Amino acid sequence: MIVLQSVTKRYADTAVVDDVSIELGHPGITSVIGANGAGKSTLLSMIGRLLLVDSGTITVDGLDVTTTRGALLARRLAVLRQDNHLTARLTVRDLVAFGRFPHGRGRLGPSDREAIDRAIDYLDLDPVGGRFLDELSGGQRQRAFLAMTLAQDTEYLLLDEPLNSLDLRHCVQTMRLLRRAADELGKRIVLVLHDINFAAAYSDRIVAMRAGRIHVAGKPTEVITTAVLRQVYGLDIAVDEFGGHPMAIYHL
Amino acid sequence: MIRRIGATPAAVVAGVALTAALALVSVFVGVADVTPGSLLRGGPDGEAALLLAASRLPRTLALVLAGAASAIAGLIMQMLVRNRFVEPATTGTTEAAALGLLVVTVSAPGLPLAGKMAVAIGFALVGTALFLLLLRRLPVRTVILVPLVGLMLGSVIGAVTTFFAYRLDLLQTLDTWLTGDFSGVLRGRYELLWVAFAATAAAWVAADRLTVAGLGRDFTTNLGMHYGRLLALGVTVVATVASVVVVTVGAIPFLGLIVPNIVSLLLGDNARRAIPWVAVVGAAFVLVCDLIGRVLRHPYEIPLGVVVGVVGAAVFLYLLLRSSERAH
Repeated sequence: MIVLQSVTKRYADTAVVDDVSIELGHPGITSVIGANGAGKSTLLSMIGRLLLVDSGTITVDGLDVTTTRGALLARRLAVLRQDNHLTARLTVRDLVAFGRFPHGRGRLGPSDREAIDRAIDYLDLDPVGGRFLDELSGGQRQRAFLAMTLAQDTEYLLLDEPLNSLDLRHCVQTMRLLRRAADELGKRIVLVLHDINFAAAYSDRIVAMRAGRIHVAGKPTEVITTAVLRQVYGLDIAVDEFGGHPMAIYHL
Repeated sequence: MIRRIGATPAAVVAGVALTAALALVSVFVGVADVTPGSLLRGGPDGEAALLLAASRLPRTLALVLAGAASAIAGLIMQMLVRNRFVEPATTGTTEAAALGLLVVTVSAPGLPLAGKMAVAIGFALVGTALFLLLLRRLPVRTVILVPLVGLMLGSVIGAVTTFFAYRLDLLQTLDTWLTGDFSGVLRGRYELLWVAFAATAAAWVAADRLTVAGLGRDFTTNLGMHYGRLLALGVTVVATVASVVVVTVGAIPFLGLIVPNIVSLLLGDNARRAIPWVAVVGAAFVLVCDLIGRVLRHPYEIPLGVVVGVVGAAVFLYLLLRSSERAH
């Protein structure tokens, strides 16, 4: 499990993440929602040791993220941010192969090649395996990065706004894929989402943040309610139900 | 498919063979009579053999070493900064090395060349670090802004250097550091370039890590690597190569800019694959430019830096226009 204890992150005088204590990384998908500036991405980045914690501790399966060796942690937890606007011309296969780096220090053995093939296959990237990333569509590039994290073969997968700048079709594809990875491969996925209906439809748990603190955490039916959404987003949103999932009607 | 060319062993062999052929031509071009025939006639102690060992071979070796190393330094700089339009000469590194060399020439003229080189490397490291710090402070980081900041930093350091060189009557010396010229390369005066070779060999060993670093801090951290250490390694290689080249033969403009760009277009940015090709193309490019410089006004010479500057500017313009075409 990922355990946060009194975690705080400040920029100047404002606490972006304010004394947060929570357990994350339950089996399945956990979505973190909240308004802009609520501290979602900062929280995720600190768990992935992309940002330093100002105070408090974060452990992943008992390993403190600030003191544990990078390669050891990289075999437990993969983190993907959305700033992968890559200028680099790497082939999809090269990129996925880098996911094996924490396992073999750069040397690819037969088991590594197998893992790479499996990841590429899992994300249907076979036809574009030899193409450069800058020649792919946004959706394909997203899948290539996901394949890399699959090859990394970690139990925990942290994704920061994976649906950003994807069209509707690719959003749905990505969410289905993550659901499959959680169910079939036993991945424990934590992701920051803006679309609360995607969160409601695909998550096992939802964590709602507000002003740097955890506001509510629980099942989708417990979090996606008119009362919670009013407190989190400051909007009156009707919540209906469809196919067993709560649906927020926020466009009207 | 064009991009697969570099992957085939035949292409590698062809590239190396072409460069070797150019090197051979380079050895036998010059004012004095050094040909396979004259070598045979004169025997091992003849004038031609002496000339070959003392002047021609050192010059060609220096060209190959400096060309390959400068091109690789450009590639690494581009990966570290994540920008295609930088090289040591546009990020303050070369200028800082020249400043260091000026300082040590004035303050400790008796120091052996290796010591002077060490001082130049120290200055180059500081200059490059300054550039990276400036970039981190930039509120916005656009493709064009990064090389501009580097050019400005380089100009400021260059202005300081020029001022003191002017006051101390060392402008001509400064010019030899900043304009690559191989006409003065003799045995005993180029061997330091092997240090640059060693630095680029280290980069080749760490090629995969450097590629990862080229994908950014977050990406590197996720894979369990220490970004700061990789940055330090890359900067050290770049500073070492730039300083050694400045100390021995003089900076070669544009080389570190265009060669990595050409290779990237054809082969992509995986350093493990790109570095050997950047080395081969860099060496071949310098050999060709040097031959042009030696043949055009025979028996006089045009300094290599001038030829590379003209040819390089043309190629660079072409690449720029091509990439802006692709962007629209």
